[in-house]
Amino acid sequence: MASIQPHRVRPGRGTELLLLVPALAIGVTGYVLAGIGVTDHVPGNAVGYAVGTTVLALVVHVVLRLRAPYADPVILPVVVALNGLGLAMISRLSLAYAERGRADSGFADRQLAWTAISVALAVVVLLLLRDHRTLRRYTYTAMVAALALIALPLLPVIGQTVNGARIWVRVGPVGMQPAEFAKIALAVFFAGYLVTHRDTLALAGKKVLGLQLPRARDLGPILVVWGASLLVLVGQRDLGTSLLFFGLFVAMLYLATERTSWVVIGLLLFVGGAAAAATTFGHVGARFDVWLRALDQDVYGREVGGSFQVVQGLFGMANGGLFGTGWGQGRPDLVPYAESDFIIASIGEELGLTGLLAVLLLYTVLAERGLRTAIGVRDGFGKLLAGGLSFVVAFQLFVVVGGVTRVIPLTGLTTPFLAYGGSSLVANWIIAALLLRISDEARRPVPVVRAVPTPDIGVPVAVAGRGEGTGRPVRSSARDVPDGTGPRPDDRPTEHLGGDA
Amino acid sequence: MSELTVTLLRIGYLALLWLLVLSAITVLRRDLYGTRIIDRRRTPAPRAAGPAADAPPAAAEAPARPPRRSRSAGPSRLVVTEGPLRGTTLPLGSSAVLIGRAPSCTLVLDDDYSSSRHARLFPQDDQWFVEDLGSTNGTYVGDQRVEQPTPVPTGTPVRVGQSVLELQR
Repeated sequence: MASIQPHRVRPGRGTELLLLVPALAIGVTGYVLAGIGVTDHVPGNAVGYAVGTTVLALVVHVVLRLRAPYADPVILPVVVALNGLGLAMISRLSLAYAERGRADSGFADRQLAWTAISVALAVVVLLLLRDHRTLRRYTYTAMVAALALIALPLLPVIGQTVNGARIWVRVGPVGMQPAEFAKIALAVFFAGYLVTHRDTLALAGKKVLGLQLPRARDLGPILVVWGASLLVLVGQRDLGTSLLFFGLFVAMLYLATERTSWVVIGLLLFVGGAAAAATTFGHVGARFDVWLRALDQDVYGREVGGSFQVVQGLFGMANGGLFGTGWGQGRPDLVPYAESDFIIASIGEELGLTGLLAVLLLYTVLAERGLRTAIGVRDGFGKLLAGGLSFVVAFQLFVVVGGVTRVIPLTGLTTPFLAYGGSSLVANWIIAALLLRISDEARRPVPVVRAVPTPDIGVPVAVAGRGEGTGRPVRSSARDVPDGTGPRPDDRPTEHLGGDA
Repeated sequence: MSELTVTLLRIGYLALLWLLVLSAITVLRRDLYGTRIIDRRRTPAPRAAGPAADAPPAAAEAPARPPRRSRSAGPSRLVVTEGPLRGTTLPLGSSAVLIGRAPSCTLVLDDDYSSSRHARLFPQDDQWFVEDLGSTNGTYVGDQRVEQPTPVPTGTPVRVGQSVLELQR
């Protein structure tokens, strides 16, 4: 356990506005350069595009000024830049497909529409959810919702099997992947459940080989949820999402209990599960084959489940080299699903290692802000939720980029904010809105209540600061101490602000 | 377009990407360098965590110089030696110290095995006494459960729930 001394937060949202300038420029310049690169002239709607994306970003900015004035200033620009970069790359690929006469080339406008919907929903979340602790009331509702969302694609009429995975729900013309939303609901459920049960999970139970093992009955409900989600996911043959849920589960248990045993148990379970899946399911075994022997002729030449996609992606990134080919100068469209699963490879080809590293650093900054929010926020539920949500974004990125670069076997997950796909974009914008909401709470200065020394009890000293003073340094002076009579979180925080003198 | 323009645009775009990354990191630099983290497990007797200017002088300089002689070499601070708050120190004055989980306590323990108002330490006749306030799990001085106000010599472990406290000079 460590105590973290917070520093004073600079008020105002000027920094965010300033950071939004390069963030928007990345999206708009990318869009224009991609148009020039592919078709040799500036896209006709470039001005409208620039105005549209700027308005979307400014709407969120103004809502933040009004409704979450202390929210983190970096989250929004990073998200805007990533989304803009994704839109530019998607429009560039769509132009390339149209140029080569492919039928499926109209997806850039659809993604633009999804961006507008996502931003609108993020604004709705910010406006309606005034306090993230409200979500705690819906802990078990979130559990039911998550299970329902996961099970939805298995329903006979609306569920659809696309490329072997039954993860789609299609109602009329609108299709979506409910698992993307299930991850938010699961994070809410895990946070709400673990915050009330973490003490029994962490303290009760036997010690075996230096690992504190939990009691079976404390684990019951959470294992049921986890098992059910995994069963359904194996049934849907979507291993990326199941890996994502599993990672979220282990990470949030670790956040809640601070027990290394969870990580060890999780890794063991995962290795066992992966080995079992590789031998039992043909398509998982094929994924391992592609991963380990991607450049073998027989694996490369396979009709179904071969390594063509991965290897083409690797060739693309190699073609990009250090500084990339430049917008519209490469051939990322040769890779199947270059606009969704392999958008990282497309970016790696056209922007090179330099651009790809910048993109990865943007994600790092985003995850860091989320985890910092988790440290700063005063209630345990908010800590777990912010930690879980930022972990899920970072982990999803790891799974995708790891798969594309052959660090781990390839699984079908979308790159957050970048990849083509409405569900993913909406879900990730909602995650960003939740993180912004929690960070507003985390960075808001606490009203200081002066302690009155009483002869009987003595002078209160903020020793085990029950959440005081995230916005300002904790004072250990006897007469200037927030004694904790201010607004109080509804549960115990995990950190102790050191006021020990 | 000429080769040169394409190259310049290419490099310029990468520079734009890195401009955002670096300016975001600049905004965060205080998070990276300005946050003080004190590990309670590693440091047996941590230094004052609060800003030194704000700390009362006796407490801030307690580890550095011998305690004041005014209290005839009595203990100058209360140290938590075991439990979730291990390493926490609390300067002792002339007033009593209330120990428990309630936020109104002087030493607020984050300890599930302590009661909300667990025990009280108070000075009398140049000596510190501990008194149990009807806690569930009891207070122990050494191995003895505290039934009535009991003197606490300097350096004797006092167990409250999972935590062990000690008076130090």
